[in-house]
Amino acid sequence: MPKLIPVADELSKPFWDAVNAKRLMLQHCGACNKLQYPPQKTCQVCGGDTITWKEVAGKGHIATYIVIEDGRLNRRMPDQPYNLAMVTLDADPTVNFYSNLPGTPPYKVPVGAPVEVTFEEVAPGQLIHEWRVVG
Amino acid sequence: MATPTDYKWRRDKDGLGVWKHRGKVAIAGLGHSPVDRRWDGVSMDKTLGAYCMLACQKAMDEAGLTVDQIDGIICCDSHIAGPSGGSASKWAPRPYFDPPYDSELGLTLVNGEWLAKNMGMKNVKFAPTKLPTIGEIVGMAAQAVADGLCTNCLMVYPCGNLEGRYRRGGENADDYARGARAWTVPWGNHGGNDFINIFPHNQYCLRYGGKHDDLAPYVINQHKNGMLTPWGFNYNNDVQPITVEDYVTSRYILNPLRIWDCDRPVQAATAYLFTTADRAKDMKQKPVYVLNHSQHNFKQRSTQPDLDEIEMWTDRTAKRMYEGAGLGPKDVDIFNPYDGYSIMSQFFLEAFQWHGVKRGDALKFYAGDISVKGPHPFNSSGGNLGTGRVRSAMYTDAIEQLRGTAGDRQVTVRAETALAAFTTPSSGGGLMLGKHPS
Repeated sequence: MPKLIPVADELSKPFWDAVNAKRLMLQHCGACNKLQYPPQKTCQVCGGDTITWKEVAGKGHIATYIVIEDGRLNRRMPDQPYNLAMVTLDADPTVNFYSNLPGTPPYKVPVGAPVEVTFEEVAPGQLIHEWRVVG
Repeated sequence: MATPTDYKWRRDKDGLGVWKHRGKVAIAGLGHSPVDRRWDGVSMDKTLGAYCMLACQKAMDEAGLTVDQIDGIICCDSHIAGPSGGSASKWAPRPYFDPPYDSELGLTLVNGEWLAKNMGMKNVKFAPTKLPTIGEIVGMAAQAVADGLCTNCLMVYPCGNLEGRYRRGGENADDYARGARAWTVPWGNHGGNDFINIFPHNQYCLRYGGKHDDLAPYVINQHKNGMLTPWGFNYNNDVQPITVEDYVTSRYILNPLRIWDCDRPVQAATAYLFTTADRAKDMKQKPVYVLNHSQHNFKQRSTQPDLDEIEMWTDRTAKRMYEGAGLGPKDVDIFNPYDGYSIMSQFFLEAFQWHGVKRGDALKFYAGDISVKGPHPFNSSGGNLGTGRVRSAMYTDAIEQLRGTAGDRQVTVRAETALAAFTTPSSGGGLMLGKHPS
C-alpha cells in the first residue's frame, strides 16, 4: 500500500512544490545561517524570522534505524516489517530526515552508509522525498 | 471560581536560582483509585469521573480534610484519549454515547470545575482548566499554594483507557498526512515518545557500547517493584515479574523496542493534597515538603531529536532542578524518573548523575544491584512499567519513601530527599521532595 499522502499548507507549500519538481529545498535562516527542516515560521535555533528557501544537495548518511514491526498507521500495516532510518544531511548533519530506504531489505541497513535523495509518487501528482543507499 | 489564564507558574528557564518557596509547600495526602485495564463504557462507578472523585476523597481522608476545606483543584483534563494524548486524539471514539449523558465530562473527561461541583466543594476558588499533564501540574499545584491562590489544593490526574487497539483510529487511520504529521507519518512514524527516544537510544548504544537488551535488568526490576505496590495494576492482577528469557524473546514493536519496554495503558486516577508547610504540620500525615518544581519544553532542531540533543536537554533539566532545590547529585536519595518507555530513563539517570552514574554508564549500572533493598534502589516506584500507565507511581513512591511508609518497597538506604518526574527528554517536568523543609 502506498505511503500516507502529505497535505501541503501555506508554510510547507514551497517545500512540496519543490519536491514535486524533484528538488530538495530547505528553509535557510539569514540571521544564523542555518538550514531548517521541517519548515517553521521562525528559526528553531535563533528565533530569527528572516527565512528564505535554498536548494540543497540531496546527499546524506544513515545515522541509525529501526524496523517498524507493529506500528499504528492503518495505511502502512501491509508494509510491516519495514525500515525507518534517520538520515542526516551532509550539508548540515543537524538536519535529519526519515526514510524507508527503498531498495534496502528490512534489517539489512548499513548504518553510516551514504545515501542520496530520490522521489517517490504517493498519489497522482504528489511526490515525497526518499533516500536510497549509494553504491 | 477564578480561572486565571495568564498565571505564570512555570519554572521553565535556565538560571532561576533556588525556588524562593523551597520547603514552604507540602504534600499532606495522596489517593489512588483502582487501576483497571480499560473502562467498559457502561459501569458508572468506574468512569474517570468516579475514579477521580474516589482518589480525591482518599487524599482528603489521608490528610484529614473535608470537602469544605478544599479551595483549589488542579486537574489535568486532557489525558491519554484527549487532545494532548497524542496525534490520534480521536482514538477509540465511543459508539455507545447516548442520552442522558450530554457531555463526556465525568465519563472520559474530567476537570476541576466538574470535580468541585460533583463533590460539593463550595469553597473552591482556584480550578483552572485546559491543563498539561501531571509532570507539570504537580509544579502548578506547588506554585499556586506558594503564591496564595489556594491553601488546600487537590492535584488530580486521570488516565483513561477504552476498548480497542491502542491508537489505531483517528488520524492514524487517515490516508493523508496533515499539518506537522506530513514530516513523519508518510515514512511510518505515528508520533510519540517511542519514536522520539528509540533513535537516540540506538545512537546511545553505538556511542557508548552495549545493546538494547541490556535494558532487561531494569525492566525486570520495574516489574518486581510493581509487585510491591499494592495499589498498582500489576499487583492487583497478579502480573508476575518477567525473566530475562521472557524479555529477550518478547515481540518487537519498533525493533529493537520490545513490548516489555512499553507501559500498559490503564484506567485510573491519582490525587495529591498540596498545602502550606505550616498547615501540613496539623494534618494527619507526616508532611513531605516541596523543595523545587521545574518544567521544560525544548524545541527540537529537525525531524528527529538525536542523542546530542537529548543529552543537552536532560543536562539542562538536571541543572535546573538541582539549582532550584539547592541540591546536588549526592544529595538525592530516591530517584524516580519516567519509564513509560524503558529507553528514556537512562538519559535522566546520567544527566542527574544519581549515584555517580555518568554518560554511558547506565546499562552497566542496571546490571548491578538496583533492587529496593540494595545500595542503588533506582526507580523504587516500579514506575509505569510496574504499575500501569498511571503516570503517578513515581510521585507516590517518593512521598511514601520519605514518610517511611513504602512497605515492602521501603528502601534501606537514606530516604530524606526524592526526585519524581513524569517527563520525556523534550517536555514535562519534575518535583524534588524532602523529608525536611530545609
